[in-house]
Amino acid sequence: MTSASDTIDMSVDLAGMRLPNPLMTASGCAANGKELHRFFDIALLGAFVTKTVLADPRSGRGTPRMAETPSGMLNSIGLQGPGVDDFARNDLVWLKSVGARVLASIAGNTAVEFAHVAAALRDSPAFDAVVGIEVNISCPNVANRGLVFACDPLSAAKVIALVREKLPRDIPIFAKLSPDVTDIVEIARACVKAGADGLTMINTLLGMVIDTDLLRPQVAGVTGGLSGPAIRPVAVRAIWQVRAAMLEGRIPTVPIIGVGGVRTGDDALQLVAAGASAIQVGTATFNDPSAPIRVNAELAAALQDKGFARFSDAVGIAHTRLDQRR
Amino acid sequence: MSETSPERTPQVAGELIATRRVGAYHHLTFVAPGVAELAKPGQFVAVAVGGDTSANLLRRCFSIHKVSPSGTYGGTVDVVVAARGPGTRWLAGLSAHDEVNIIGPLGRPFPLPKEAVACVLVGGGYGSAPLFWLAAALRERGCHVEMILGAATEDRLFGVIEARRASRGTDGVTVTTDDGSMGVKGWVSDVLPEVIRRSHAEVVYGCGPMAMLRSITDVAAAEGAVAQVAVEESMACGIGVCMTCVMPVVGADGQTRMVRSCVDGPVFRGDRVRWDAFESGWGRVPDDAYGAAAMRGH
Ligand SMILES: Cc1cc2nc3c(=O)[nH]c(=O)nc-3n(C[C@H](O)[C@H](O)[C@H](O)COP(=O)(O)OP(=O)(O)OC[C@H]3O[C@@H](n4cnc5c(N)ncnc54)[C@H](O)[C@@H]3O)c2cc1C
Ligand SMILES: Cc1cc2nc3c(=O)[nH]c(=O)nc-3n(C[C@H](O)[C@H](O)[C@H](O)COP(=O)(O)O)c2cc1C
Ligand code: FES
Repeated sequence: MTSASDTIDMSVDLAGMRLPNPLMTASGCAANGKELHRFFDIALLGAFVTKTVLADPRSGRGTPRMAETPSGMLNSIGLQGPGVDDFARNDLVWLKSVGARVLASIAGNTAVEFAHVAAALRDSPAFDAVVGIEVNISCPNVANRGLVFACDPLSAAKVIALVREKLPRDIPIFAKLSPDVTDIVEIARACVKAGADGLTMINTLLGMVIDTDLLRPQVAGVTGGLSGPAIRPVAVRAIWQVRAAMLEGRIPTVPIIGVGGVRTGDDALQLVAAGASAIQVGTATFNDPSAPIRVNAELAAALQDKGFARFSDAVGIAHTRLDQRR
Repeated sequence: MSETSPERTPQVAGELIATRRVGAYHHLTFVAPGVAELAKPGQFVAVAVGGDTSANLLRRCFSIHKVSPSGTYGGTVDVVVAARGPGTRWLAGLSAHDEVNIIGPLGRPFPLPKEAVACVLVGGGYGSAPLFWLAAALRERGCHVEMILGAATEDRLFGVIEARRASRGTDGVTVTTDDGSMGVKGWVSDVLPEVIRRSHAEVVYGCGPMAMLRSITDVAAAEGAVAQVAVEESMACGIGVCMTCVMPVVGADGQTRMVRSCVDGPVFRGDRVRWDAFESGWGRVPDDAYGAAAMRGH
């Protein structure tokens, strides 16, 4: 039996990053590969997105770190990780050994730290496994009273420009945007103008849960990031708005990687039709560890059903159908 | 694990073939081919709840109570469920032939002693669930096994009859309840010193609430025994990818790290756990933990 993913051309070219299919893990929802590799061959993914890494080892926050919410969850991990040197020496080398295409997620407490992390990766022995860098600007800027970089166009642009400088031209960089802003198009524009080759949308939304037995915040970090199918409409909206701005020439056109609430192929198709050229699966992986690879098969089947021969033909298609409304 | 053909963890649609009430708990038996064959005492399964379109996305974790690798139906896995929130209540409401998606076995099992030493197994509430299976494995190695089962009330004890039946002759079973409704009135830690001394136990295995595990660790240390405890931290994935289930544990190098209890545990040597970090339901990151310095900026 041939599956739809064999007959439909699922390949994508994201700013020069050529992938056999558009499905990826989401940063922080797949650790650094070994654990998911016990469920499926992670080299089958379009790309494997690593947990955001900073310069130094981080313990992360105290516990509890999560609360289940309707069709989603709240998390407050605090970017726990080994630091970039350990990551490059161990995780990246392992990812390369299994043939994974790596979209490495980086962050910093300052714009300069972002650049340092990018340079450390560039100079590491397994860097040839890296097909792109995702810049997680949804973290607090120590130099700007802890305001999240992604909420301020100037700080976001500074990070992107400094990271761009450190990396070879053939390594595309994707700015990962936060939906918690007044105008996401403005942030997208700042990032693209500063040199981002693409955008990843969206990171979690800031939320909070109260434990009604103890009448106190349920997670130790008080607030946390909301994710899962509950936020999918927000992801679809954000992708739609930025794609529309590109179509109208208000900002330069770059590929969008869609993320937020994808659990099935149909969910993925919503983000694709709104303008996403690739899809990451995050929280749904906790429910079904093979979700990223399953969604690829389901998406291919859905596209075949609708008569598409190529995945790329469906990207942003909902924008062309809107005119039929009138 | 070879790079080209890594070991895969089974993920199966498990058919429920038996469900029964045991005191305050629900004892469920699933056909779970592949899981039973690989499992060892102390490991757990992660179960999806609410069906394919469930709004409760996170898996629920349960200690494996027992396995029969070659039952009439193929391998079966038993779990003991306390119905609390939406997920466990959904599981408790299932009927025979319902299917549940099961991942397992997960986590590190209880390490078994190399020599035939005496052991005490301490279970609090449903925490006793994985211990009968452990007891059988220990007895097979010639270990003398004593059990202590404790709970707040009689209906929250699990497996007293099973324990007594399994403990032919020499090995003993002690029961405690907070209200004295069965056995000795008090906590497991009240009777533990005497049981360790009487049996000359060198290893104490524990499974139950955190506070109980901490006191077992203290008692074992005072009596010169090693404690191996299976912890229960809040888990979102159970497979090591989310980093929600961490706790501070001291490594062989003396360094405290925030380790994942789902893959580095759930069994830890009691004296390696930083119990000082746990207070009123919060788990603090100790100041000397690896990577704690980098958190101070935020
Ligand atoms: C290794 C391990 C073994 C366990 N063994 C058993 C067992 O044998 N029998 C039994 O009845 N229970 C066991 N538990 C606890 C059980 O997992 C929780 O009671 C259950 O997940 C709660 O689900 P809920 O829908 O009732 O609660 P909710 O509060 O709605 O759960 C919401 C989320 O929080 C997580 N969560 C909440 N409480 C706990 C907890 N105490 N431990 C872990 N995750 C939690 C759930 O997994 C879920 O993701 C075990 C937990 C662990 C970690
Ligand atoms: C437990 C958890 C940890 C996360 N960690 C990161 C992270 O380190 N870096 C990052 O850019 N996004 C992180 N995210 C956000 C996800 O990558 C993703 O953007 C978001 O969860 C929305 O997708 P989803 O609904 O499919 O989960 C995390 C999300 C979760 C649930
Ligand atoms: S429960 Fe997800 S890492 Fe342990």
